[in-house]
Amino acid sequence: MVDSGADLANRTSPLSGFHGGSSTVRLEAAPPAERISLRCRAEDVAALSSALGVDLPVRPKTSASANGRSALWLGPDEWLVIAEENGGLMQAAKNSGALHSATDVSHRNTAILVSGRGAAAAINAGCPQDLSLKVFPVGACSRTVFGKVEIVLLRTGEDAFRVEVWRSFSDYAFGLLAEGAQDAAV
Amino acid sequence: MLLIHCPYCEEDRSELEFRWAGEAHIARPENIAAISDEEFAEYFFLRNNEKGLTYERWRHIHGCGRFFNAARDTVSDRFLTTYKAGMPKQLLPETGASEKTVETYEATEGDAR
Repeated sequence: MVDSGADLANRTSPLSGFHGGSSTVRLEAAPPAERISLRCRAEDVAALSSALGVDLPVRPKTSASANGRSALWLGPDEWLVIAEENGGLMQAAKNSGALHSATDVSHRNTAILVSGRGAAAAINAGCPQDLSLKVFPVGACSRTVFGKVEIVLLRTGEDAFRVEVWRSFSDYAFGLLAEGAQDAAV
Repeated sequence: MLLIHCPYCEEDRSELEFRWAGEAHIARPENIAAISDEEFAEYFFLRNNEKGLTYERWRHIHGCGRFFNAARDTVSDRFLTTYKAGMPKQLLPETGASEKTVETYEATEGDAR
């Protein structure tokens, strides 16, 4: 049989093969995930929260996690919902029956996991936000800038962050994080 | 680096997250097809460009994405207040000459040259 090559068309992560970090910061590409960009009015938040199985946060800079899904507050009517791969987010949002806009951005974004006691310092190499635990506690999230690119930052632990970035910018973001990690270890 | 208070995020954020979006409180004429060219030019093109207290729209583009209004002193570059879009103009006392205007390099340097 002639090999059509179809089985060679494997999907590769934009950050596959990247590695970096330092003695105080660990950088790794996050596993593939499903993501939706969700927008809805205040009166439809309850219906979408129950359909998604996670309470959409309504306070600025907060996130919520439940049932393997995380909902990140990005704006007064905008959320980024992240689930494990094939999490069925689009269908869940559709099942809510409430008026909303959901866009599947699973493959627009990729994520970098930054951990270690120098994690905040490495991110602050390109991000102007105050990442002290008092101002940016565990579970806090924000859309912000990192060097020349826009990121969504989520604090998953005292020394752990998830950096969501557009896949075409991930090369740059990873490179700058690696530089920041070196500086954080000095 | 300037810190700008976003009324939606309820927090001071770096200027890097914001974009200027022109003069605030410009209402689109409701009878726009009926107005004269001069009136249209006045609405569409002409801005006050005031020295001192100005009202501007800003957008927290790399944050919550929202437009809001700000009162800013163009002489000192200081944000006097920010408030949500749709709110009425927040009247402030005209500060005008509160800050000494610096026009020349020599005036800023003084004897330090």
